[in-house]
Amino acid sequence: MMGSENADGFEETNLNSQREDMENLDLGVDGDAGGDDPLKKSVVNGDTSNSGYRSAMSTLSNVHDPLSPPPTVMIPADSDPLLAPPSAYQDFSSFGSKPISSDNSYIEPPSYADVIFSPFDENSDSEINGAEDSSLHSQFSDSLSRSPSSSSSDYIKITVSSPQKEQETSNSIVGGNTYITYQITTRTNLPHLGGPSEFSVRRRFRDVVTLADRLAESYRGFCIPPRPDKSVVESQVMQKQEFVEQRRVALEKYLRRLSAHPVIRNSEELKAFLQAQGKLPLQLSTDVASRMLDGAVKLPKQLFGEGGASAVPVQEVVQPAKGGRDLLRLFKELRQSVSNDWGGSKPPVVEEDKEFLEKKEKMHDLEQQIINASQQAESLVKAQQDMGETMGELGLAFIKLTKFENEEATSNAQRIRANDMKNLATAAVKASRFYRELNSQTVKHLDTLHEYLGMMMAVQGAFADRSSALLTVQTLLSELPSLQARVEKLEAASSKVFGGDKSRIRKIEELKETIKVTEDAKNVAIREYERIKENNRSEVERLDKERRADFMNMMKGFVVNQVGYAEKMGNVWAKVAEESSQYDREKQSS
Amino acid sequence: MESTEQTRSISGSMQSPRSPSSLPYLSVSVTDPVKLGNGVQAYISYRVITKTNLPEYQGPEKIVIRRYSDFVWLRDRLFEKYKGIFIPPLPEKSAVEKFRFSAEFIEMRRAALDIFVNRIALHPEVQQSEDLRTFLQADEETMDRFRFQETGIFKKPADLMQMFRDVQSKVSDAVLGKEKPVEETTAAYEKLKHYIYELENHLAEAQKHAYRLVKRHRELGQSLLDFGKAVKLLGACEGEPTGKAFSDLGTKSELLSIKLQKEAQQVLMNFEEPLKDYVRYVQSIKATIAERGTAFKQHCELAETTKLKEINLDKLMLTRSDKVGEAEIEYREIKAESEVATRRFERIVTRMEEEIVRFQEQKTEEMGVAFHQFAKGQARLANSIADAWRSLLPKLEASSAVQI
Repeated sequence: MMGSENADGFEETNLNSQREDMENLDLGVDGDAGGDDPLKKSVVNGDTSNSGYRSAMSTLSNVHDPLSPPPTVMIPADSDPLLAPPSAYQDFSSFGSKPISSDNSYIEPPSYADVIFSPFDENSDSEINGAEDSSLHSQFSDSLSRSPSSSSSDYIKITVSSPQKEQETSNSIVGGNTYITYQITTRTNLPHLGGPSEFSVRRRFRDVVTLADRLAESYRGFCIPPRPDKSVVESQVMQKQEFVEQRRVALEKYLRRLSAHPVIRNSEELKAFLQAQGKLPLQLSTDVASRMLDGAVKLPKQLFGEGGASAVPVQEVVQPAKGGRDLLRLFKELRQSVSNDWGGSKPPVVEEDKEFLEKKEKMHDLEQQIINASQQAESLVKAQQDMGETMGELGLAFIKLTKFENEEATSNAQRIRANDMKNLATAAVKASRFYRELNSQTVKHLDTLHEYLGMMMAVQGAFADRSSALLTVQTLLSELPSLQARVEKLEAASSKVFGGDKSRIRKIEELKETIKVTEDAKNVAIREYERIKENNRSEVERLDKERRADFMNMMKGFVVNQVGYAEKMGNVWAKVAEESSQYDREKQSS
Repeated sequence: MESTEQTRSISGSMQSPRSPSSLPYLSVSVTDPVKLGNGVQAYISYRVITKTNLPEYQGPEKIVIRRYSDFVWLRDRLFEKYKGIFIPPLPEKSAVEKFRFSAEFIEMRRAALDIFVNRIALHPEVQQSEDLRTFLQADEETMDRFRFQETGIFKKPADLMQMFRDVQSKVSDAVLGKEKPVEETTAAYEKLKHYIYELENHLAEAQKHAYRLVKRHRELGQSLLDFGKAVKLLGACEGEPTGKAFSDLGTKSELLSIKLQKEAQQVLMNFEEPLKDYVRYVQSIKATIAERGTAFKQHCELAETTKLKEINLDKLMLTRSDKVGEAEIEYREIKAESEVATRRFERIVTRMEEEIVRFQEQKTEEMGVAFHQFAKGQARLANSIADAWRSLLPKLEASSAVQI
């Protein structure tokens, strides 16, 4: 009966049956149907950001609240006036009980939660969005914003959907592999992307890897959001629907983060990925195999191999050394870094930026604390969830007791007791719902912590770019003197031979050429290093600002949420306390 | 002499002794648990304070020291003597050694024992029991002696007779080929039995969830504490004003953790324990039902035996046998026994009827109180949570205004 509503199938079975029981109770909707809908929407759009809280979320089953029955059911009188008009209890009057306690047509006054914190629950997020520097917030908590960010006029919204199995066309007799493609839909008004418009492409995961790699090349020093992991056991895991769904969600998040980055959102690489129909027109730069083949022609002359210096584009130097034809360079840079660490002499250019080193240290500490906080947040979410579950089970047990007592009643005392129990049970079930809603909101807010773990990785990446660029500079710088020395030695030896030593002279020519190339490369490398340093600086500054704003919003969202639901629960229980006030012994003690 | 139907206070203090002396009262409190003895022999002793103006008692106030097994003695005696009456239940013995001396367990037990004695003191019939007076007044040595007698292997002769008779009837059943045990089959009684058995199941489930709920409170409290700490550490890494905001958040979280632990304790004592007591009560009713079954069987069997003897006697009288005298004596004896058994059974029936009414009323009252306290506690907790978080909001607003 809940199958159609549940977007995910992650319910535990006993929770399932409990919910079925509860749904049969026709307790009616309470004041939170409003809270249900946007969250329902969010699940349908696949917006639920349940990254790190998967275990909690899987049994949370969001807010497809099976406790809210279809609208045809009578709603108990004491529900929130935001809903359909109240009426008397239909179901419970059939128990044959004379309501001893308060009249069942009593209307609950509007909850303070709704009045004071009027943008509350699902709405509070958009309030926060609207009031603050919401572009930042909405970029990082896409699932929270129902509407595009209100303060800036730019928007870009990416959706990943409809995974499909496809077959690789292959010339081989065996036939191709199957793989999954996803539909990437972009809606934007950015002129760079031809907006305002909406367009879709189909991409496979391999394309995403390519995109990530190309971005890493083009945007060294930037804090680039990390892409989703490849799966080791890909082909086996791939059949599972769960895996595909997880990946879809992860891809969506990744692309949204990319599009949130003020520089990367305008990149050609991202544009090609989002727009270019058919095959992704980005070169696989890490295709080691083809580069090796290519490299057979232009052998590893990168920087300063032996043999003729042919036109190795000096621009190559701005890329970090990779495998394949950069082996030689890798080797030399490795030697350099070892010498940096263990050698007695200082490297020619040193990371003299104390500020940078301190920053790096701080970032590391911050990352540790974010990890810790993220873990504790997960525990908190679990505890809230458990509380809600147990409260619900308690309520159910008392509902059964109520029914039982009423059926078997032979005395008035029993009927009174049954009625008292009913009030308690109803409240417990309501409270249980509140806990569940509270929790799904909490997950969304605290998810910010988890988001930033990803961003910390991006920062590490940016710092690593800087370090590797520096290493390149250092390596080049240390090569030059030794090259010079060799030239001098050859010149000295050659001058001793009368008439010139043809082979030596040729060698000297070659070396001089190499020196020139190396000089040029060195200069390029230094410029690159400076550029990366600047990228680092501005990125880290931007990120710090964004992170602080996002954390503030997270805290506010979390707190507002807690207040609102605590108020709701307080009201529910206060009502029960009032209805049972004849049992108040504190006043009557002699 | 009945104590008037008071609103029963669970704490055991009823009318104050200051009330006019014409109104009879008997109030008991079980207090002051103290661990005595060493090692395996260690046990808890309680102070039992009796305040009364009843003439059967030795004075307006009496204090004695009792231990758990003394309470068991009292209950066993009352159960024997007052068949048909639902003798209030005792808290369980603890199986787990470690838990036996934990503060929580000791307090739970003390409270339950207090309730136990007071219920007995309030019961119109049982409160007159001599055993109760012994329990409340005898010095410790005397009490030890009584207890040893009872719980030792030296059972009283009456008990031995009873055991013998039970065996006898089982044997005769088997001999006579009676497979089915003799049972009452009135519809009302059947309904009652069914009700009691079902009730136990329902209550046990409710109590189970109530206990879990206590645990959940504790767990939530713990996680709030850990979360608060983590958030504070995070704040220390961030510059202002975010750092301060985190610090405030963490502090509030830690504060709320304490409130949750407190509420957990309240839920345990004021909600879960009453439910557990309710379960025990129903179990004691089951024991009474068993007693009634036994009494009914005896009554039936003796009635039948009497009839047989009567028939036999008539036969002998007709044949003017010289065994008539003997048979007549036998017949009269059996008849007397049968009448006793029948009266015993009927008394149980009558008592049970009254007891059921009392039980239902008592439970409605006690559960009402428990529910009320639970609801109040939850409301208080929720409100203080709301207040605590709410007080943080202006600070957060201020911080975020500064930042951008």
